[in-house]
Amino acid sequence: MAQHTLSVLVENKPGVLARISGMFARRGFNIHSLAVGPTEYDEISRMTIVVNVETKPLEQVVKQLNKLINVIKIVELEKEASVARELLLVKVKADAATRAQIIEIADIFRSKIVDVSPNAITIEATGSPDKLRALTDLLHQHGVKEMVRTGRVALARGDRAITERPLRLADRTAG
Amino acid sequence: MKITGAQAVMRSLEQEGVEVMFGIPGGAILPLYDPILDSPIRHILCRHEQGAAHAADGYAQATGQVGVCVATSGPGATNLVTGLANAYMDSIPMVAITGQVPTHAVGGDAFQECDATGITMPITKHNFLIMDAQEIPRTINEAFHIAKTGRPGPVLVDIPKDVLQAEMVWWYPEEPELPGYHPVTRGNQKQIREAARLLLAAKQPILYVGGGVIRAGASDELRRLVELTGAPVVTTLMARGAIPDDHPLALGMPGMHGNYTAVTSMQKADLLVALGARFDDRVTGKLAAFAPGARIVHADIDPAEIGKNRTVDVPIVGDAKSVIHDLCEAVEEAIAERGPPDYGTWIKTLDEWRARYPLRYTQEADGPLKPEYVIERIAQLTGGEAVYVAGVGQHQMWASQHIKFQHPNSWVNSGGLGTMGYAVPAAMGAKVGRPDQAVWCIDGDGCFQMTCQELATMTTETIPVKIAIINNASLGMVRQWQELFYDSRFSAVEFGFDCPDYVKLAEAYGCVGLRCDSAEEVDATIEKAMEINDRTVVIDFRVDPAEKCYPMVPAGASNDDIILGPEYEAAHADVLHDTPEAIV
Repeated sequence: MAQHTLSVLVENKPGVLARISGMFARRGFNIHSLAVGPTEYDEISRMTIVVNVETKPLEQVVKQLNKLINVIKIVELEKEASVARELLLVKVKADAATRAQIIEIADIFRSKIVDVSPNAITIEATGSPDKLRALTDLLHQHGVKEMVRTGRVALARGDRAITERPLRLADRTAG
Repeated sequence: MKITGAQAVMRSLEQEGVEVMFGIPGGAILPLYDPILDSPIRHILCRHEQGAAHAADGYAQATGQVGVCVATSGPGATNLVTGLANAYMDSIPMVAITGQVPTHAVGGDAFQECDATGITMPITKHNFLIMDAQEIPRTINEAFHIAKTGRPGPVLVDIPKDVLQAEMVWWYPEEPELPGYHPVTRGNQKQIREAARLLLAAKQPILYVGGGVIRAGASDELRRLVELTGAPVVTTLMARGAIPDDHPLALGMPGMHGNYTAVTSMQKADLLVALGARFDDRVTGKLAAFAPGARIVHADIDPAEIGKNRTVDVPIVGDAKSVIHDLCEAVEEAIAERGPPDYGTWIKTLDEWRARYPLRYTQEADGPLKPEYVIERIAQLTGGEAVYVAGVGQHQMWASQHIKFQHPNSWVNSGGLGTMGYAVPAAMGAKVGRPDQAVWCIDGDGCFQMTCQELATMTTETIPVKIAIINNASLGMVRQWQELFYDSRFSAVEFGFDCPDYVKLAEAYGCVGLRCDSAEEVDATIEKAMEINDRTVVIDFRVDPAEKCYPMVPAGASNDDIILGPEYEAAHADVLHDTPEAIV
């Protein structure tokens, strides 16, 4: 199934996340990842939602999202025209014999060692989903004790911002 | 000047032009019930919150105004749930106000606490929890704006008790501030011109009219379009009355229990112009086999409906009134250039079908009373000049089939959710909204028993309605399905005629109870009911439990496999094998 990244501007109000996740659940749309946080405006939050759907159902996802009163604007970020990142924290088994090897892998991926103990190393890595997958594939050979990933966040390339247009003139005024 | 939150709620409702609200008080909503005494808004004390919600829905359907219902926290709010879901599925403008436990107790499992906004999130267009009394005016203003604009729907406003009690400085917003809510009302003109072009180029078009036309108050525009083009019209269950049924181009109701001509006309159409309709499964039957040769123009206020079920050739997002008006203009222009369309052959075919395959039933003079006969007599004796309300099931389908509707907003029923028990309270709400109009509630015995407690409300509030119980002593539609699809293994469908005794039950509630079980008494019984206008009349029409509702397209079957029923047994093969090739 194709993966699509939606950048969604929403009003920063209680319950908005529940409205969005509830809509996805009851209409049977599959969320791959969801990241939410503040924007440069206090009254707006920005969600990056990665969904696994084909193109036609995607249209339905966007339309149903748009119907939610607190949703201000939705932009699909095309892979080629955007920058996408995830943050990974991973705790890998490491003893005196393997530690150097693991540090070398971390260096190759330009990731950081954030914690070391006698039997484990914790690595912080950011990057595209592909890069993080490549890293974790290598680390699995040493034994991953636990890991956590944020959802994907993404911005379009170029100088334009989706928050640029005044709020009152959000996307849907255009017929 | 400082007033309480509760006073601010009442003032806000007055600002929104509310005249009546249906509700029941309780602990958390108590502060609101004090300023109700000083308000010009009429409060109607219902007997169950579900009744209050359906009454608000019936009021809204009959008047086109926003219906308002009120309940307390916890069970009050949960009892509204069915009514809200019903209004959501049928796009009925409604505002529900619920009390909530005090803000400091929210989230702590307090007495009569439930997460009203959480529970109703999927069944409301939007909902609010007000945590600051100062926000009451803005929130209520926004609630009404959301409920009645765009695709209408129910909005719930949940207000904790201490917010109702708190003081606030009165103000009222001039317009709502909803940065994410901008419904498109005017259709794209290029698409509308394309729709007009397709309409004039079509040979076998059908205007497929749904409830959106009623909600938008677009009947006059629809009539103009029909008369400009000469295109025939089907009106879905939610659109009955959008065009008078005696109009020569009105084909009646399509769908699972639609008449042969309405159903088959869509199957054979080369163009469907869907106006405020949503390609619901009860209309399309098996989607893959629905109207296979038709191009589709789909106009709807809700962009998410367009292309949801059926791929569309010409999408138009807009309000039905505005879109049909613009479509008429575009059609006029196109006719001026190219001359009017000629659907003569198509109309001739449709007329032949109508003559060959009308709705049929047989009422034998001394045989069991037929439900169709009762409903047809009510329809004829009232002449389409009443508000007709129905519950859900066989009686609803027969009512929609046999009543010759004359006006929009004269048919009130539960379409999308299919809520048994809708009719009695909805009829009450319709009568409150249209006091000068006779309101006939055509209900089933199963439905009636679900919400008949509102007879007490009708009596104490003097809301006189006529209730015809089409009593077949069973859950008739379930019985029909068990007979047809479960080999007549009847399971949990029989109620019996005698319990309750509907005449005594009516009398116990202060209504008039009548009973009729033979065809020859039907007219006299209806006429007697029509003469009683100071209280509600309940008629126990004891009808043949074995009667089934036809035509019928079995669930999941193609509309081509419409079953006409025993009255047509001989003609049936003829229908299936003859007509399709003859037309396409």
